[in-house]
Amino acid sequence: MDWGALHTILGGVNKHSTSIGKIWLTVLFIFRIMILVVAAERVWGDEQDDFVCNTLQPGCKNVCYDHFFPISHIRLWALQLIFVSTPALLVAMHVAYRRHEKKRQFRKGDQKCEYKDIEEIRRQRFRIEGSLWWTYTSSIFFRLVFEAVFMYAFYFMYDGFRMPRLMKCNAWPCPNTVDCFVSRPTEKTVFTIFMIAVSSICILLNVAELCYLLTKFFLRRSKKAVNPKHQPNHENKEETKQNEMNELISDSCQNTVIGFSS
Amino acid sequence: MSWGFLRDLLSGANKYSTGIGRIWVAVVFVFRLLVYIVAAENIWKYERDEFECNIKQPGCKNVCFDHFFPVSHIRLWALQLIMVSAPSLLVIFHVAYQENREKHQNQKLYRSPGKIDGGLLCTYLISLILKVGFEIVFLVLFYILYDGFKVPRLVKCDVRPCPNTVDCYISKPTEKMIFLSFLVATSCLCIALNLSELSYLIFKYSIKCYLKRYIKKRQ
Repeated sequence: MDWGALHTILGGVNKHSTSIGKIWLTVLFIFRIMILVVAAERVWGDEQDDFVCNTLQPGCKNVCYDHFFPISHIRLWALQLIFVSTPALLVAMHVAYRRHEKKRQFRKGDQKCEYKDIEEIRRQRFRIEGSLWWTYTSSIFFRLVFEAVFMYAFYFMYDGFRMPRLMKCNAWPCPNTVDCFVSRPTEKTVFTIFMIAVSSICILLNVAELCYLLTKFFLRRSKKAVNPKHQPNHENKEETKQNEMNELISDSCQNTVIGFSS
Repeated sequence: MSWGFLRDLLSGANKYSTGIGRIWVAVVFVFRLLVYIVAAENIWKYERDEFECNIKQPGCKNVCFDHFFPVSHIRLWALQLIMVSAPSLLVIFHVAYQENREKHQNQKLYRSPGKIDGGLLCTYLISLILKVGFEIVFLVLFYILYDGFKVPRLVKCDVRPCPNTVDCYISKPTEKMIFLSFLVATSCLCIALNLSELSYLIFKYSIKCYLKRYIKKRQ
């Protein structure tokens, strides 16, 4: 169980997402999770061992480290990624529930059911309409909230996004004020800024997706008001091709993430 | 043999769960197992090395660490995850047993897969009660062993061979406390989900039984 398993869970949601949603998922896996696993964990790996204080007083280093790093950057990012991925599970559950209902109808032999077999129900891609639209939109809203909360928590806890080289500590049992030195401050600053930048891009993508969904919703409503006939689905073939391309990309990402995380 | 086994076990049990049961599995996977593996394990990785006592007396640090951490938080957390997932095995064994019987008798014993009724319902209810029981036992154990869910920065140790009272410092106490609070919150959420699933199933099948008897009486 690791990030690869999360990818499997979210990969299923990918089929039912909009194009912007698919780009968001790719950015999440390549520029955030993969960077976290492959690079950031190594940079922060030795953070407490190489945190050095200019004192021989036992316990001073522990206390100062705890004072300046109540929760490590790397753990905060891991939590942020987990929370930000979770709303997609709502969509996955909704889709699973709809599939379950269709299978039930099919088994009862309902004549309204237009599927030939259960495999077709399993493979079917649901359009983002009706109650699924509300679930999907709420999931994007929650994603935005979680991203913003974590970014604020980061800024608040670490007083900006810079990692200083030197910290002055006077927590007990340190005698007077003691100089403590952080290991690899520049590298940590670079990665912090990178992760914040990618978070901001993800926020923009989510905002764009939200606007797109709202625009589509209002346009559909106004079209229904003008022309109540059902629109033909000739967009489906192009969307299927896009789905296949995205699945190819996400499969190769999954192999890389699993390879690196193991 | 690793956490992947637990994941497969829970995925197998998922097929025979109710909707609430599936939410429970998702919460356990994402908020407990994944958080444990990607974040919590690394915080407690060097807890013994980073535990520092203000003394040069050999053996004092070992004895103090053992006195204050009889079982490490992270091991208790792992045990809790395993014990809480284990009752799902009852459901899987029951289904495997029934499928075996079906094969021998060439007869379908369940109306449809995924529908919980009869003996499977009893097994499922017992597994829910066991899950709630294990969750509560582990939360109480955490509370008793560590005097609440706090992780102090400093502990005062006067166990032999430490001379007098010695100050010992725990590493990353704030981060450990944050993750312990997270563990307690997700445990309570899982208890709430299990209790609501239990009530839902008992209520649903009582109504069903009552209606059947009522219809029979009228006939």
